Order: sequence, then structure tokens, then C-alpha cells
Amino acid sequence: MDLNQRFEDYIAADQKIEAKDWMPDDYRKTLIRQISQHAHSEIIGMLPEGNWITRAPSLQRKAILLAKVQDEAGHGLYLYSAAETLGAQRDDLMDALIEGRAKYSSIFNYPTLTWADMGAIGWLVDGAAIMNQVPLCKCSYGPYARAMVRVCKEESFHQRQGFQIMLNLCEGTDEQREMAQDSLNRWWWPSLMMFGPNDESSTHNEQSMRWKIKRFSNDELRQRFVDMTIPQVELLGLTVPDKDLKWNQSTGHYEMGAIDWQEFFNVIAGNGPCNKERIAARKKAHRDGQWVRQAASAYAEKMRTKVTPNQTNAA
Amino acid sequence: MSSESSKWPLWEVFVRSRQGLSHKHVGSLHASDATMAIANARDVYTRRQEGVSIWVLPAEAISASSPADKDILFDPANDKVYRHPTFYTLPDEVKNM
Repeated sequence: MDLNQRFEDYIAADQKIEAKDWMPDDYRKTLIRQISQHAHSEIIGMLPEGNWITRAPSLQRKAILLAKVQDEAGHGLYLYSAAETLGAQRDDLMDALIEGRAKYSSIFNYPTLTWADMGAIGWLVDGAAIMNQVPLCKCSYGPYARAMVRVCKEESFHQRQGFQIMLNLCEGTDEQREMAQDSLNRWWWPSLMMFGPNDESSTHNEQSMRWKIKRFSNDELRQRFVDMTIPQVELLGLTVPDKDLKWNQSTGHYEMGAIDWQEFFNVIAGNGPCNKERIAARKKAHRDGQWVRQAASAYAEKMRTKVTPNQTNAA
Repeated sequence: MSSESSKWPLWEVFVRSRQGLSHKHVGSLHASDATMAIANARDVYTRRQEGVSIWVLPAEAISASSPADKDILFDPANDKVYRHPTFYTLPDEVKNM
């Protein structure tokens, strides 16, 4: 049977494509691009939160934040591994990231100015990520789908711990409530941008939907996120920084104001508040770890070539 | 900028979720040797009590059937329904078989 026809039949029948199966080059390239960007986002995503580990307000908060950041590292690894099943090389992906050639989620180029940002990130950023990732558990590529199942299980703790931080602040003093509101003001729009450009201007939407890599469009997922989150905002007693936001009784959805796409594309292009800082931090970590990797390699080599007493006797 | 870890072999990781169950493939990672592979597999794949035992083995040590042979290998089982107990109809009087 024609290989391409077999591939199309698999996709049509909702069968998973596995690593060794034949697949069109563009399908492979699209997946490597998407999975590696996703992996980079997890790794760079550790930095804004890492900023607050030493300043967490209690030992418990510190332990929770550490566990969350460690999860993000794990998510990065699952995803790099999934990209490697497609023939990508880990080091090429890493090089592309630290040389500034690779993309990652624009949200991580914003600074974390207050403790409330740990709440807003967990609640909104991880919340938006879950919205994006749950459908990816059914993605047509098996290794990616399986990685996403693991990721989604763990993200749910991230979102809840973030919401709890916000809730505690909102139940606190005026100053703490203001801190929570300020954080929401800064993270709201970047969180909505996480779903990517509007459907009519998204370059990858259509093909990815046909291949069942994506199951829902950017705008659909963004709408779901807003519909789900606004009641939570109200529960906290906060308001989103969108004067055009209103409930539409007839559609059963919230209508949101226009997103500043200029800002989004500007951050993607490398000109966000923290792009350079993020890459520099990643580069430094990579460089500082060099001697450890070298030592591990040297040790492994030594053990491989070690002559045991028995071998000497035999010779 | 390439690093030494590029020379590190890829290890496939298998985890036994609890006593009495077999080890199951959970993913893969790079490590310089088996000791590091187990240590990293513990951190990456068992942060939430997912397992009580870990196996790692070099990915290159695995031999696999080819996807191209799928039909030849597995289709013949299709027409051998008599291998399943449901193929056989029993009189209603026969209980517990």
C-alpha cells in the first residue's frame, strides 16, 4: 500500500503514529518544531519562578515552589525525549535555544516583580497551558501524546497552588489585595496571548488540525479559557484589565476586548522585557554545568575501560 | 557550543509501579552511565510515587520489529478466532466453563 495513503488512513481512523512509522517530512518537521518549542518553554519557564524561590514567604511555600520548578524541568525532559524520537538531536535543540534561534512561549519574557506573580503564573499561565495541553493528550503522534498525559497530570497541582496564593492574598490586607490585582493586571493579556495569534492570521493552524496534532483552534481555546477564568476572577474579588469584557447572554460566552498583537509579535521577535536575560541565564547554566558533564563523561569512560584483577590474570 | 552530553547514550526507562506488576516503559533519557541513568530516572519519572523499581537499558540494545512487517507478523492472527473462548457456543445448561 502507498505509504502516504496508509499514513492518511491512520490519521483518519484516529490511530496513533509511532516513532518508526512512515510519516510525511512536513509532519515530522512540524512536530519537531512544536515539541521543541514546547520543551524550551518548560525550561525557560523555570526562570521567572526561580526568581522567587529564595524569597518565598514561608518554608512550605518554598518547598511547593521548588517542587513546581522541578516539575517544569521534568516536563522539558519528557518533551525533548519526544522530539528525539523524531530524529532531532538534543544538543542541536539546546544550541538553538541558547543561541537565540529557537522560539518559546512569549509569556516567560515578562518579569516576576512581586510574590503575587507566583500566584498569577500558576493560576493563569499554567491554567492557559492546561487548556492548550489537554487536547494534545489526543494528538496523533504517540510519543508526544504520552508525554502530554504525564505533563497534564502534574500541571493541575501547579494551577491550584497558584490560585491558592491569589486567594490568600485576596483574603488578606488591602495591600495584599492590591498586590494581587496588580499582578492580574500585568499577567492577564500576556496569558491570553499564550494561545497564539487569531485564527485568521495563524500560519500553522489548518495543517496541524488536519493532521490531528491540534484539535482546537487558538481562538476556541482562548475563549474557553476566558469563560472558565472570569468566574474565578470574580470569586477572588478582582477585575480583569479589559474594559470591553462583557457576558453575552445569547452566545453563552464572554466577549473580550482586542488583544495588542503588536506587543505579542514584538516579544516573539526578541524585544520583550526579559528575552535577553532569559537566554543569558540559560547560557550561563549550560556553561556552568560544563565541568560536571565533562567529569561524568570522563568517569564513565574510565569505568568502561577499567581493567579488573581477573582480566589481568586471564591475560 | 555542543556539549559532552551528546556522547551520552540514550537509556530507555522502565518502572514497576508496585510489587506484583511488571515493569512498564515510561520514557527515555540521556546519561553517562547506568548509575546516572537510574538516578535521573528516579527524579524524572517517580516524583509522585509512580514506582518501586526502575530498569534502565541502552536504547541501542533494543531490537524491534519493523513497522513495515506489521501485516505479515500480526495479520495472520486475525482469522484465528478459534483461539478465543468466545468462539465456542455452549448449551445453556453448561455453567461455569
